[in-house]
Amino acid sequence: MLAMNFRGPFRVRADYDQPYPEIEHPEDAIVRVLRTCICGSDLHLYHGIVPDTRVGSVFGHEFIGEIVEVGSSVEKVKVGDKVMVPFNIACGKCAFCKQELYGNCHEANPQSTAAGGIFGYSHTAGGYNGGQAEYVRVPYADVGPTVIPEWMDPDDAVLLTDVVPTGYQAAEMGGIQEGDTVVVFGAGPIGIMAAKCSWLFGAGRVIVIDQYDYRLEFVRDYAQCEVYNFTELEDPVVFIKKTTDSLGADVCIDAVGGEAAGDTMNTLLGRKLLLQGGSTTALHWAINSVKKGGIVSIVGVYGPIDALVPIGNVVNKGITIRANQASVKKHLPKLIEHVKNGIIDPKQIISHRIPLEEVAEGYHLMSTKLDNCIKPVLIPPSA
Amino acid sequence: MTDETNPAEFQNKRGGEHSHIKGWGIDRDPKNDPTYPMKSRTDEEIRGYTWERPEQQPVNIEVLKSVERPNITAVFGTSVPPSGLSGAIRRYAFKYSESSYGRWLPLVLADRINVFEGYFDDISKGTFPNIFAERGWKAELRYNRKSFVLKSVLAATLTTAGIILMINRSRR
Repeated sequence: MLAMNFRGPFRVRADYDQPYPEIEHPEDAIVRVLRTCICGSDLHLYHGIVPDTRVGSVFGHEFIGEIVEVGSSVEKVKVGDKVMVPFNIACGKCAFCKQELYGNCHEANPQSTAAGGIFGYSHTAGGYNGGQAEYVRVPYADVGPTVIPEWMDPDDAVLLTDVVPTGYQAAEMGGIQEGDTVVVFGAGPIGIMAAKCSWLFGAGRVIVIDQYDYRLEFVRDYAQCEVYNFTELEDPVVFIKKTTDSLGADVCIDAVGGEAAGDTMNTLLGRKLLLQGGSTTALHWAINSVKKGGIVSIVGVYGPIDALVPIGNVVNKGITIRANQASVKKHLPKLIEHVKNGIIDPKQIISHRIPLEEVAEGYHLMSTKLDNCIKPVLIPPSA
Repeated sequence: MTDETNPAEFQNKRGGEHSHIKGWGIDRDPKNDPTYPMKSRTDEEIRGYTWERPEQQPVNIEVLKSVERPNITAVFGTSVPPSGLSGAIRRYAFKYSESSYGRWLPLVLADRINVFEGYFDDISKGTFPNIFAERGWKAELRYNRKSFVLKSVLAATLTTAGIILMINRSRR
C-alpha cells in the first residue's frame, strides 16, 4: 500500500514498500485513512532529534479514517464507522489510563516507560506505524477511536486527534485563573490552539511569541491575542517582565519543544550535537518570564536525553511545572461540543492540502515554513 | 526476548507500618496534589503493577524492551525490527536504563548508521534513492525559486572546484 517512508533526516518519500497492515491483537482495528496531518512534532523526527527513529518507519499520529476490519474482541466500533483516532495508544486498563492519563498508558510501549505509545513516532514511542498511509493498524480500538458525529466536517475531526486537545490541555495545565496573563511561546498549530483555549479558562490577557510574522499575524486574528516577534525584541524575558509590571506572567506555555531557535548554546548542544533533548530555549524563556509562584505548562516535545534547564530559577521562584502529552480521549467530549457550538473552529488553521504521494514536499514545506505554511493535511488516494 | 525480571519485584509496599516515623502523615492533605489530572487514588493503584492486563500480543518479532519494566507491553509496534549493525547497536543501548546516556547516545549513532543501511537496502532492491524528490526540493523550487537557484549554483560551483582540485593534485 502507499505510505510515507522515512529514509533519514530531511528525507522521506511515498512509496508502496509497506504491506497492508494486519490484525495482530484481538483488540486491533484496521482503519482506511481519510485525512492525516503533518504535525510540528513530526518535524522533530524528520530532523533526526528523536532517538530510535528507524529508516523505513511510517510517521503520522493525526488521522481520521473508516474502520475496515476489527479484531475478535472489539465491541464499541464496527466496520464502516468513521472515526477520529487519538494520537496516543492507550489500553484503558492500566493504573495510568484509569486516571485518564491516556498519554501515559503502561501497556503500549515496551521500549520506554517514560513515553507512552504513539502512532508513527519512533520506537521510543512504541514502534508503531503511523497514519500517513492508506491504511493503519489501530490497537485498543475500543478505547481510542471515537466515532465522528455526522454533522462534523472531516477537516475539523482530524484536528481533534492532536492539535486541539494538546492546545487545550496546555491551557488547562496552566491552571489559568480569571484575569491571568498567559504567554504562549510558539505560534505553530499547538501554540495557536493554546492561545485560543486560554480564553476559555478565563485569561485576561494572552500574548504569543514567535519568530515568523505570518504565523503571528494568523494567531493574532484567529485567537484575538497580542503577538510579538522575538527577533525584534532585545530580550523576550525582559520584555515580558516590562509588560507585566515587572512581575512576570501568571502562566507561561511552552508550545515549541526541542526545535526552539534563539539561543546559540541550546541550538549547538540540542539540535546540532544532539547531546541534550533538543534546544530548550523556549523553556528557558517560559521559566524566566513567569511570575514567582506561577505555572509553566509544557506541551512542546523534547527528546529523552537530559537538557540544560534553569532548574535553579524554578526552585527560587517557586514555579509549578506541568507537562504531558495530551490525553486526547479525556478531552474529546468537551471539545466536540466546543466545535459544535462554534467556540473553536479548528479547520481554519489548515493552510495546505497535499496528496499523500507528495509527502516529501509537504515535509519540506512545513519544515522550512515556505508559502506561509501553518498546517498541512495529507490526503491518501484511497480517501 | 525472554523476560529476566519478576513482576512481583516491582510491586511497592505503600500503605505499610510507619508509626516509627515521628509525625508521619500529620500534615497530609489529599487536596494538595499538584499532579495532572488530580489523582484519583485507589487501592488498586497503590499496589503497583497489578491491573487486569490486556491479552498479550504474540511476540513473533524481536522487540527491544526497556530494563525499567518487567515485561513486554500487551501490544507493541512491529514497524521496523532491529537489523544489521544499527540493530546490534540498538540491542547494546537497550541494556541501559532510560536515565542513562548509555541508552540514548548509541541510539542516536544507530539512527545515523541506519541511514546508510537504508541506501544499501534501496540499491539492493534496484532503487537508486532520488535525493531531490526525497528532500522535497520540488516545493523549494515552487515556492522559493530564487534561493533554490542560488543554492544550486553555489553547490555546483563548489563541487566543480573540488573535483578540479582533486584532479590537479592527482596529476602531481
